[in-house]
Amino acid sequence: MGHLLHIATRKGVFAVERAANGRGWSITGASFLGDNCSMVLRDPRDGVLYAALGHGHFGVKLHRSRDGGSNWEEITAPQYPPMPEGYEPKKHPFFGTPIAWKLELIWCLEPGGASQPGRLWCGTLPGGLFRSDDGGTTWELNRVLWDDPRREEWFGGGYPQPGIHSVCLHPKHPDHLSLGISCGGVWHTTDAGKTWKQHEGGMRAEYMPPEQAFEPNSQDPHRLVRCADHPEVMWVQHHNGIFRSTDGGMNWVESLNVKPANFGFAVAAHPHNPDVAWFVPGIKDEKRIPVDGKLVVTRTRDGGKTFDQLTNGLPQQHAYDLVFRHALDVDESGDILAFGSTTGSLFISENGGEKWECISNYLPPIHAVRFAASR
Amino acid sequence: MPRIRFTANIQRHVPCPEREVRGETVREVLEDYFSQNQRARGYVLDDQGSLRTHMLIFLNGETIRDRVRLSDAVQGDATLDVMQALSGG
Repeated sequence: MGHLLHIATRKGVFAVERAANGRGWSITGASFLGDNCSMVLRDPRDGVLYAALGHGHFGVKLHRSRDGGSNWEEITAPQYPPMPEGYEPKKHPFFGTPIAWKLELIWCLEPGGASQPGRLWCGTLPGGLFRSDDGGTTWELNRVLWDDPRREEWFGGGYPQPGIHSVCLHPKHPDHLSLGISCGGVWHTTDAGKTWKQHEGGMRAEYMPPEQAFEPNSQDPHRLVRCADHPEVMWVQHHNGIFRSTDGGMNWVESLNVKPANFGFAVAAHPHNPDVAWFVPGIKDEKRIPVDGKLVVTRTRDGGKTFDQLTNGLPQQHAYDLVFRHALDVDESGDILAFGSTTGSLFISENGGEKWECISNYLPPIHAVRFAASR
Repeated sequence: MPRIRFTANIQRHVPCPEREVRGETVREVLEDYFSQNQRARGYVLDDQGSLRTHMLIFLNGETIRDRVRLSDAVQGDATLDVMQALSGG
């Protein structure tokens, strides 16, 4: 059972705990109040807590706590290396503006495998993947991916610059990573980043001309997750649909007729059951609010063929919450779920989404929700 | 010698006291300052050593012209103010 949550918000990092006496969940800690936190990670291997901050003026910073958030130290944030002499930055494929070569956002932070103490992976805007082998003290850009000419074809989805928002480790092979990129589709490495290959097909982009709709590099997976016990099963909440893969993310099948909508950002995969996943839909890309003002979590229990609409405990009138891509999580049991919204609402379910409890309506806009032990 | 001052808002992140500095360009002046305050560098300059998008440097009350190479000339009696731009929120 997951009893501790960390919440990254537009104005601080919060801890939410479940009281041992059964009196429910409450906010028990706050750090960096007033500062924009894009991501938080509690490393399950050693309990070290990391918080990525994005100061509007002073840039992206990374902080580390060894005591659960009571005390923090600033550590070196990933840094893009100097641009090669004479290098002409490629132009954005649509807009003709130069693609950035500097850190703009820490979008995801993930621990390496249990056999790789100190290893962290960091996905960033404008599309660089960084690795640390010393618990975030130093970072190195994965040059193979960054120097791949196909990387320069990526384009922004939600931001002007492209970015890596999902790093999914294979639970049995920690050098096998899968990346979700907006917009650049899904990329895989089986050798810790020495070589990369794209997913092969199945994803469909409504926002491209029909002839290019299935181009892998043009796909906008809003979030990529993996079933821990069946790592060949992966899920994507895409810009225009829900997709599932049963071959480790190489080929994808779209879920059809998803009600009330197939648009959203977040997806959580059941850690043990490969047929179960949860989503929090909005109307569509140009109407990023719940359908009819009713906040709904959708759940499939048959691999994406059908979806339940879970509403018990969620507001069913004039609710305009949107749930960002990292703001839905499930604990290791698969029973406890939590999600946080752009309007600062935090909901938790202890029975797979059948019933929800509102923990707060007054938090800042929520970027990420993570159970302490989740991977 | 030139003097350099920093916005009050940077101080809670990294103390940046006012100081006399050596140098004949904005780049040289900043490098002299950062040589004794390494952590401040990343708060003012980006990964490529250019002035951060939402930062400003005033040289004797005028904004500097070269935000990339920081080549504006600095006289011996100059005052530099490192400030945040309101565009950054």
